[in-house]
Amino acid sequence: MAEPMGFFTDTTVCIGCKACEVACKEWNQLPATNGGHGTLSGDSYDNTRQLDGIHWRHVKFIEQFSPDRSQGRWLMMSDVCKHCVRAGCLEVCPTGAIIRTEFDTVVIQSDMCNGCRDCIGACPFGVIGVNPVSGTAQKCTLCYDRMKVGLEPACAKACPTKSINFGTIVDLKKMAQARMGQLQQTGETRAYLYGDDESMLGGLNSFYLLVDKPQVYGLPPDPQLPSRNLKASAVWSVVGAVVVGLMSVFSFRNRGGGDV
Amino acid sequence: MYPRSMVDSDCVVIQGSNMAECHPVAFRWPMQAKLKGAKLIHVDPRFTRTSAVADIHAPIRAGSDVAFLGGLVNYVLQSERWKRDAFFREFVVNYTNAATIVGDEFKDTEDLDGVFSGLMRYAPSVKEWPLDGFVGQYDTRTWQYAAAPAGPRATPPAGPPFDPLVRSLLTPPPRRDETLQQPRTVFQIVKRHFSRYTPEMVERVTGCPKETFLKVAETILANSGRDRTTSFAYAVAWTQHTNGPQTIGCCALLQLLLGNIGRPGAGVMALRGHASIQGSTDVPTLYHSIHGYMNHPSALKRHDSLRDWLLTETTPRGYWANTPKFMVSYLKSMYGAAATKENDFGYDWHPRIIGDHSHLPMFVAMNEGRVKGLLCIGQNPATSLNASVERKGLARLEWLVVKDNWLTETATFWQNSPEIKSGQLRSQDIRTEVFFFPAAQVAEYDGSFTNTQRMLQWHFKAANPPGDCRTDLWFTHQLARRLKQMYAHSTLPRDEGFKHLVWEYDSDDPHERERGEPDAHKILKEINGYYTDQPDRHLAGFGDLKDDGSTTCASWIYCGVFPAPDRNLAARKQADPPGAPGAQLDWGWAWPANRRILYNRASADREGRPWSERKKWVWWDGAKWTGYDVPDFAPTKAPLSKAAPDAIGLDALSGTEPFIMKADGVGWLYVPGGLADGPLPAHYEPVESPVPNPLYRQQSSPVLKYWKLDGNALAPLGDQRFPHIMTTYRLTEHYLSGAMSRWSPWLTELQPEFFVEISPELAAEKGIGNTDWIAVSTPRGRIRAKALVTRRMRVFTIDGRTVHHVGMPFHWGYQGLSTGDAANELTALVGDPNVSIHEGKAFMCNVEKA
Repeated sequence: MAEPMGFFTDTTVCIGCKACEVACKEWNQLPATNGGHGTLSGDSYDNTRQLDGIHWRHVKFIEQFSPDRSQGRWLMMSDVCKHCVRAGCLEVCPTGAIIRTEFDTVVIQSDMCNGCRDCIGACPFGVIGVNPVSGTAQKCTLCYDRMKVGLEPACAKACPTKSINFGTIVDLKKMAQARMGQLQQTGETRAYLYGDDESMLGGLNSFYLLVDKPQVYGLPPDPQLPSRNLKASAVWSVVGAVVVGLMSVFSFRNRGGGDV
Repeated sequence: MYPRSMVDSDCVVIQGSNMAECHPVAFRWPMQAKLKGAKLIHVDPRFTRTSAVADIHAPIRAGSDVAFLGGLVNYVLQSERWKRDAFFREFVVNYTNAATIVGDEFKDTEDLDGVFSGLMRYAPSVKEWPLDGFVGQYDTRTWQYAAAPAGPRATPPAGPPFDPLVRSLLTPPPRRDETLQQPRTVFQIVKRHFSRYTPEMVERVTGCPKETFLKVAETILANSGRDRTTSFAYAVAWTQHTNGPQTIGCCALLQLLLGNIGRPGAGVMALRGHASIQGSTDVPTLYHSIHGYMNHPSALKRHDSLRDWLLTETTPRGYWANTPKFMVSYLKSMYGAAATKENDFGYDWHPRIIGDHSHLPMFVAMNEGRVKGLLCIGQNPATSLNASVERKGLARLEWLVVKDNWLTETATFWQNSPEIKSGQLRSQDIRTEVFFFPAAQVAEYDGSFTNTQRMLQWHFKAANPPGDCRTDLWFTHQLARRLKQMYAHSTLPRDEGFKHLVWEYDSDDPHERERGEPDAHKILKEINGYYTDQPDRHLAGFGDLKDDGSTTCASWIYCGVFPAPDRNLAARKQADPPGAPGAQLDWGWAWPANRRILYNRASADREGRPWSERKKWVWWDGAKWTGYDVPDFAPTKAPLSKAAPDAIGLDALSGTEPFIMKADGVGWLYVPGGLADGPLPAHYEPVESPVPNPLYRQQSSPVLKYWKLDGNALAPLGDQRFPHIMTTYRLTEHYLSGAMSRWSPWLTELQPEFFVEISPELAAEKGIGNTDWIAVSTPRGRIRAKALVTRRMRVFTIDGRTVHHVGMPFHWGYQGLSTGDAANELTALVGDPNVSIHEGKAFMCNVEKA
């Protein structure tokens, strides 16, 4: 297995240019919503709104201004699949279409996907959707095809300000720590890393430097796997089985002896 | 300066530009500077993508940049730090014209309440072209330096050689006072001129809170000096005003005072349009200039013969003394063997201009029926400035050629324009015959781009264009060939130029030849130049040029890019090793002479030593100039050497005079010649403004251009029908009029609809909700758009009044996947007196719920 690879997205240098979105679509040949005929969302400069089967990169725009404008920030963040070390989508996929690659990334094999959509509900970040062209669940592959030949993912290649950094997880963590140190030195005390350690789903192979609460960016503060419910649902399954068993016992109790 | 140099800045001020939005790729350099600890400042009416990553956002009213910059000049001159720091004094006394004394007749705006001496009524020069549009004009004679009177001028001999002619132009040098105390020194005039640009006045005029202004001023001053440098970056939000060049000049003035010119991480970064806008002024599509920034022969000047042209255009001191070599080599490239010493190298065959033939007056002329045909390549006037007037002009043409990738608004104006849709006009009544030529894309041919840092980079053909699509080179090549054929047997004197025009660019590649495509390398060779008698011997640099016809060179500034048939330096892609302090000299080729920072002799002190280790760039090593860059100075002229008396060219400049293109070798704080609207920048209100000029009685530039015609009315001062300031701009997601971007679904889904940005305060006042349809109007037109209500737009208080801004991207039109009204239905045909650019960044409008 190759070394684990991923993204470190430094949102403090993102300029919201969306070059990542376009580069992703161009490389992966993803269609535009409704052939490009859209409606103004009214939500800042965000008109694609979400990650889904045809948007594998998505730039969020968050406007924070006090009424008198004395305080103001316009946060931008390029979001993508987190390639979780413990991935919910992979857990639930019934056909084995979702695999962990030699780069420790998570990829949906389109030809194995039966379109059941279980993974869509299982992802705590909401990154998966059905691509209407293929009819299958799709999301970022971390440009598996490019990585196979030693190229960096299209989005990271296109990013003009190095907001999206691609590399080995080891290097990216070092880079992130260095940047954290630099920000703290300049007085940006709100900066923190999201998903860089194992406490979050075993670690996110796409992790972020943020300057506000995760919810502000539409990220779950404490993402969970679908298997978190396993214990409880196992107990309930047993209880259910017992109830059904007992009911059958009671229902059919008299059947043998009764007259027809 | 060049964008990469911004990495070396300790402070980057972006004003008149939304760099992150509009130049996102170049913006990597300020971001890298920021990651190294530099301060990033954005001065802009709106809070934009650039403001989002800036350390300070200073909001100013659209159209008040000179007031803000003038405030900075005054702040610097009044500051104790500037007065005490020996660096500033050494830089300013030696490297600028601060010590030069201005003639007694000059009167400043402080003396004449907003105008300079020499203001006159404007009278058109020729009756054939009454379209220059000036509302007034300056006689610039009173603006000159004080000098001993020139002796009688001997009648210069005709050349070549032209040296005696150049020598005959020498006049006594201007007087100087290096103590800077004499009241007529440039320094004292500048100080008085800006003395009323106080922080309080800045707040009153621009609406920027005084505290924010002071924070900006302190940051800039703290990051300027011997060991630190500040750079400025601007784009068309400085140029698209009736005083654009003065705004840029004001910034240059400030940067000279701060010693921020000719040094790493310093300067004024002109962020030019994408691709090859720089190239299109170097080898120009401009009407008033021929290759290499020489003035176009004109019927309005003493340009009757080559000798007259040279006498009028040559400056005897400084590098422009070589003008005869540039001009004769240019004429040789135009007319080849037919250009001889005896016929003035074909000068008489060269066309001459009779006035302002730039975009705005040309469309006025079209409206008057003076223009027969238009070749429209890479432009989309149907949604351009005051679009309905432009379309009216198009409708009066006999023929129109549009060459583009898509059927643009211009190509379909006769079919789909608002006038047709509203029934005002019927297609069958438009007589213009429209030809559409499908264009090849850039990856489909060889050629060069010249980017904003004057760097040529070669691009290679990757694929054949589809179908009938052809390159722009093909079009020009085929047109020229056909015209030459047409004129071949003409006996009219006016056709001599076409008959002798050298045009030998056929491709040697059989496939390209069959397609009719020319050879881009042959064109590059013509631009670079060669020895007339040995066409295979390319010129190695403009130092090789001669004034006797023995060299042929289309554009002297590009001379050296192609020094040998097998060495196209624009095609180089060799980066410096990581961390090296160099200027990436083996990456592409930058004119002039592959120099990356102009006037870089200023990066060393008088004695030729780097100002500091940290800001080392070019220095004197005891025998020659050396450094990280190509030195911009006579290579072996010692730092303290004296100018030779009565010499011409570079010999007329001393070893301490870095600005070698200037006759006096120094940077100009005060501009005695070359500008139409004054030697110093003064704050003028835009043509349409919400307030009386708080600084002078003169409201707007007294010499701006305005074309009075139907559909071009202006809102008078205080017009309550149009109370808000409109400013137009672009988005990252789209490109210019959208002629390329609104056809790409990947881009239209990112910005699907035309919108207008307004503040929640204005929205509440007008009962407008987010994404509501609204109507925006000016005296020129009325359009519909969706409202994007955002706190990134703010309310300004200008001179005690509440003023709202309305922001509008200009990318839409009636063709493409995403259509919408064109912002330019609202703009006016008004122009700057120097370059005739329109005022699209500040005018008055109204908004209401539609």
